[in-house]
Amino acid sequence: MKDQGRTLLQKDGTKTVLASLLSIVIGLAVGSILVLVVGLFSDNLGMASAWEGIRLIFFGILSTGRDASGSLTWGFNPQSIGNMLFRATPLILTGLSVSVAFKTGLFNIGAPGQYLMGTMVTLAVALGIPASALPSPVIWLLAFLGGMLAGALWGCIPGIVKALLNINEVLACIMTNWIAANLVTWFFDANKMFQNTVENTKSSYVYKTAYGKTLVDGAWTYVEGSGVQTAKLGLDKVFPGSQVNAGILIAILIAVGIYILMTKTTLGYQLKACGSNRHAARYAGISDKRNIVLSMAIAGALSGAGASLYFLAGNTEFFWQTYQSLPAAGFNGIPVALLAANNPIGVIFTGCFMSMLNIVGLQLTKLTAYNEYITDVIISVIVYLSAFSLLIKMLLASRKKDKPSQSAPDGLKEDKPMEEASAEKGGERA
Amino acid sequence: MTFLIQQTLLYAVPLMIVALAGVFAERSGIINLALEGIMIFGAFVGVLFVNIMQGIALFHDAFAAKSWLTLQGLELLAMLAAGVLGAVFSLLLSFASVNLKADQTIGGTALNLMAPALVLFLIRIIANQNTLGMADGSDAASWFMIKKSTLGIDRKTDLGFLGETFINKVYLATYVCIVLFVVLSVLLYKTRFGLRLRSCGENPQAADSLGINVYKMRYAGTTISGALAGMGGFVYALTTANCASTGDVAGFGFLALAVMIFGNWKPLNIAGAALLFGLFKCIAASYASIDINGDGVCMLANAPISSHVYRMLPYVITLVVLAFTSKKSRAPKAEGIPYDKGQR
Repeated sequence: MKDQGRTLLQKDGTKTVLASLLSIVIGLAVGSILVLVVGLFSDNLGMASAWEGIRLIFFGILSTGRDASGSLTWGFNPQSIGNMLFRATPLILTGLSVSVAFKTGLFNIGAPGQYLMGTMVTLAVALGIPASALPSPVIWLLAFLGGMLAGALWGCIPGIVKALLNINEVLACIMTNWIAANLVTWFFDANKMFQNTVENTKSSYVYKTAYGKTLVDGAWTYVEGSGVQTAKLGLDKVFPGSQVNAGILIAILIAVGIYILMTKTTLGYQLKACGSNRHAARYAGISDKRNIVLSMAIAGALSGAGASLYFLAGNTEFFWQTYQSLPAAGFNGIPVALLAANNPIGVIFTGCFMSMLNIVGLQLTKLTAYNEYITDVIISVIVYLSAFSLLIKMLLASRKKDKPSQSAPDGLKEDKPMEEASAEKGGERA
Repeated sequence: MTFLIQQTLLYAVPLMIVALAGVFAERSGIINLALEGIMIFGAFVGVLFVNIMQGIALFHDAFAAKSWLTLQGLELLAMLAAGVLGAVFSLLLSFASVNLKADQTIGGTALNLMAPALVLFLIRIIANQNTLGMADGSDAASWFMIKKSTLGIDRKTDLGFLGETFINKVYLATYVCIVLFVVLSVLLYKTRFGLRLRSCGENPQAADSLGINVYKMRYAGTTISGALAGMGGFVYALTTANCASTGDVAGFGFLALAVMIFGNWKPLNIAGAALLFGLFKCIAASYASIDINGDGVCMLANAPISSHVYRMLPYVITLVVLAFTSKKSRAPKAEGIPYDKGQR
């Protein structure tokens, strides 16, 4: 029994999970310390509110608001959990996007751009096809596939310039991000018909996809309820008041599909081989250039799919004047992938965790004087820690063998660079 | 034309100094992808410093008395503060990539995520909104801009083309950055310290065998890099954003990285590249009011081109330029590889 426990602890996968959990705990602790420091030094915030803030950081998902006396109440909050699952949908897919590219040794920081292009095409298709022309499931499918295709094409650009011209994919991705942001703004600025003028509460929003393009008195207008929406499959009954829909199930299915692709198919093997050692892969007869482009295309398609599922929900709005900012869902794919050590199945859980942080941030803004940016700080700390997750794993391992912990940095000598090691890890676990 | 040159300089100078920041880090062997984040952080620190100092009687009275020397001193102090804290912030990157041998790309990305989050978190607490500007809504230009009146010249005197362009309506920060750029370029290329630093980016093992402490040199490179980027961030906020911090520099740090690669990691080329990019950035920002030949007609705004094209231009040009120069580019050989004494 004791031996079994030890072997389980020595397993690489267990160590990865432990390292990720440790990163999460440290990240949350740093966030709490920040809340505490700000609470102590700020005049209008005190210890009491800092303590509330810290409790919300850790357990915000279970918060049900405040009672009549003003103290925080806790319990199962179906709305928060449903929204968490809904917001996890795009994060899981952008996380998969980053992790697929990672396995090929590419850092896909272009997920925000691919996400935006996916958004643009999805909305254009869903709102552009008259509701009467095709049955709505067909329109939904076309919009979804269109979003994926747009993301894939946009992902190809950094892939191609990396493969053929050896331009650093990080820089190329960042440039394509900003180009996408401008392109999307241009598109919706030029196509005035998509701009939401019915609900005049806010400006610069595109119609929700629940609005269908309908011919009324010889003019195309948008009518609420005749558009496309992702099926709820009864999930809205389980989590009343939330936005959850079947999108989360599709995301999980895609994650499983990517897991099979990466671990059980030749293509997955080739992609990983390119990531482990591009030159060795070429020597073995694998076209490294083709695989780099392909990997970025798959990554782009996944980001695009994330955008499609988010906006096809029917109750989400897209702010189209986005040329000065990039969607957070894209960037947060990076911590999702890193925390999961690029394992597609792990991404499902880390995606849910990130969206939980998201909800926690909203609860903080709603219930205390703190704001949602604290969760971004926590996320960035987690990313920072995952940059040397290998070291954390070494520390964990050396503790198990009762080695003095100061010898851990020396132990790093034999380690390979991050991508190689994580690519291997995926292979081992298969 | 005067307007165009001045505006271009406003964008080109921060680009130049931040690109040099990138050079210092990469020449020592560390990829500093965090330039953007450090800029955001530096901009915040500088703006906060100015905001707090405005409340102090010395500077408050100096503004009322139009004692512009004191105000220029405040500007320099704010640059210094931004530089120092930028350097401190960059220690996170050096610690991760030198001591812990972490992946530098991810470490840099972490800093890029951390800076806006931290800055926005603090701004929201301090100012209760998403922007931190100067105190009492005062105007950066009236505090810090050098005009004819500040120099005691009558407003109607014509200083000629050069005078109008380089003395009237300029910021001291611009010139300080240019001087710093020259001094630091000389430091990197003509001194023993510079040679040692560059050797650590090319062949750290050889450098180590000659008694150079690679870790120290890499720390030095990244710290100088952080200081310059922090300062550049504040200069950018001061001269182009009316001394306001919003947790965003619109991808300027990444443009600086592109300038650095385009400039082939060499100061003179970088200065040229920065001017070119500054011009495009300037067109993107103020295409509507640029009057090239001075006949009162804004050619670019009247051209049948969408404003979105101008905004997209800097990024498209970067991509195209990178595509054409990447074959010739020669990056420091050991950049991005953690130094390990045990390796061959």
